[in-house]
Amino acid sequence: MILRALFQIGLLLLLPPLLLGVVNRVKAIVAGREGPPLLQLYLDLWKLLHKGAVYSRTTTWVFRAGPAVGLAAIATAGTMLPVAGQPAIFSFAGDFVLFAYLLALARFATALAALDTGSSFEGMGAAREVSFASMAEPALFLVLVVMARATGSLSLSGMLGPALAPAWRAAAPALLLSAIALFVVALAENSRIPVDDPNTHLELTMIHEVMVLDHSGPDLAFILYGASLKLFLFAALFVRLVADVGVAGIWAAEGVFVVEVIGFALLVGLVESGMARLRLTRVPQMLVGASLLSVFALVLLLR
Amino acid sequence: MGAWTDMAFILVVVLDLFLLASSRLGAAIRAVALQGALLSLLALLLTSSGHSLGHMLVVAGGAFFIKAILIPWLMFRAIREMAIRREMEPLVGYVPSMILGGVGVVLSFAFSRGLPLPTHEMHPFLVPTALATVWTGLLLVVSRRKAVTQVLGFLVLENGVFVFGLLLTDFMPVMVEAGVLLDLLAAVFVMGIVMFQINREFASLDTDALSSLKD
Repeated sequence: MILRALFQIGLLLLLPPLLLGVVNRVKAIVAGREGPPLLQLYLDLWKLLHKGAVYSRTTTWVFRAGPAVGLAAIATAGTMLPVAGQPAIFSFAGDFVLFAYLLALARFATALAALDTGSSFEGMGAAREVSFASMAEPALFLVLVVMARATGSLSLSGMLGPALAPAWRAAAPALLLSAIALFVVALAENSRIPVDDPNTHLELTMIHEVMVLDHSGPDLAFILYGASLKLFLFAALFVRLVADVGVAGIWAAEGVFVVEVIGFALLVGLVESGMARLRLTRVPQMLVGASLLSVFALVLLLR
Repeated sequence: MGAWTDMAFILVVVLDLFLLASSRLGAAIRAVALQGALLSLLALLLTSSGHSLGHMLVVAGGAFFIKAILIPWLMFRAIREMAIRREMEPLVGYVPSMILGGVGVVLSFAFSRGLPLPTHEMHPFLVPTALATVWTGLLLVVSRRKAVTQVLGFLVLENGVFVFGLLLTDFMPVMVEAGVLLDLLAAVFVMGIVMFQINREFASLDTDALSSLKD
């Protein structure tokens, strides 16, 4: 039991940077380039952690606290997420609300740190990030409520646990709609391509990357690592919802889970290669559409 | 079988929501065509409860030919001739119209149970899907400026009526349904001619131009 919990924490802490490596590699291969090595983000993090940080004189402790609070909040959210259908390290009734708001807390800390620099550019990025998040959050909540209603459980461990397979048999259309909505939310929350382009720097259309321009050294490492962790959380949520493969044995299930999460990264890479970034005015439309899909799913479940 | 019918109904409603969000006319016409094809599929899927098969085959085949092939072809021809690609400024924006559409879907699914029906309900999604589709069609007709999108709204409205008609296939002779489909085709023809006239007169398909006075 303790061994499994340790393994889960290890997976949670070590796997995420690989996901971004896979996404970038897929994008590079589709574009006809060779691309960075799969483990590039691990090397980047190692390099950044050994550098010193530079702080502007106009910043206060808020700026320094931002990356640490953000990473801590996301990692705490991760402890509530069940891996491969096994119960999470922490779980209680209603923990999905805490899960969603820990992610919101991370965003809040990052946005505050961005505002603290006093740069108008970063303020603009923070404004965009927060306004899109205010539309992604209802969509995420509705997806979680649909799952709670379908499985009759109020904790993430229950929603994604053994009750999920019977729920698929009873309400497949509703769960399928909410899975589509969840994928859209995952792309938006992780600032992937239809919403935001993670590769652009110093461009007036970017959202998330604007906010982290002033961070350097270990702070930047925290932010990059936190972003990959968040992608991993959404990947774990999504693959568990759509690809609930019944495998005998806990360790085999964990292995399948790792493969599925990497499959999610492949999917994200392919979506990013196949789509252009949406105009900013179209992003709210996409997020409202995702919310509508999950409202529709909820209506199907409730009637 | 039951799951496929469910999915077909749900896809019809999702296409309603997509139509409210899409600004590209080509994509909207394809969505209407797909909806028409789904309706003819639904007509076949709902047959199994013992109607005459020949009747349903005629209805489904006719609906497929007219709704999914002929009318979309006419619409594509229309937008090609008039060289318009997208609806620029709807009277009601895309996000508000999506939310209105969502409210319509929720209300129709929530309250359709209470409606008294002349016959037994063949499928629990049938009436709410019909109501939601009619509502979407109405929204599209009143909230868009371009004549092409208004015609699409009319088609969606008619699709909703067709879904409701599936409920009554027992009582309706083939000739009546064939007549309805022919009416629809004639209406689209007339609207095509009207659109052509508007376009020639005002060099645009903006129906607001019709209400401004001219010397």
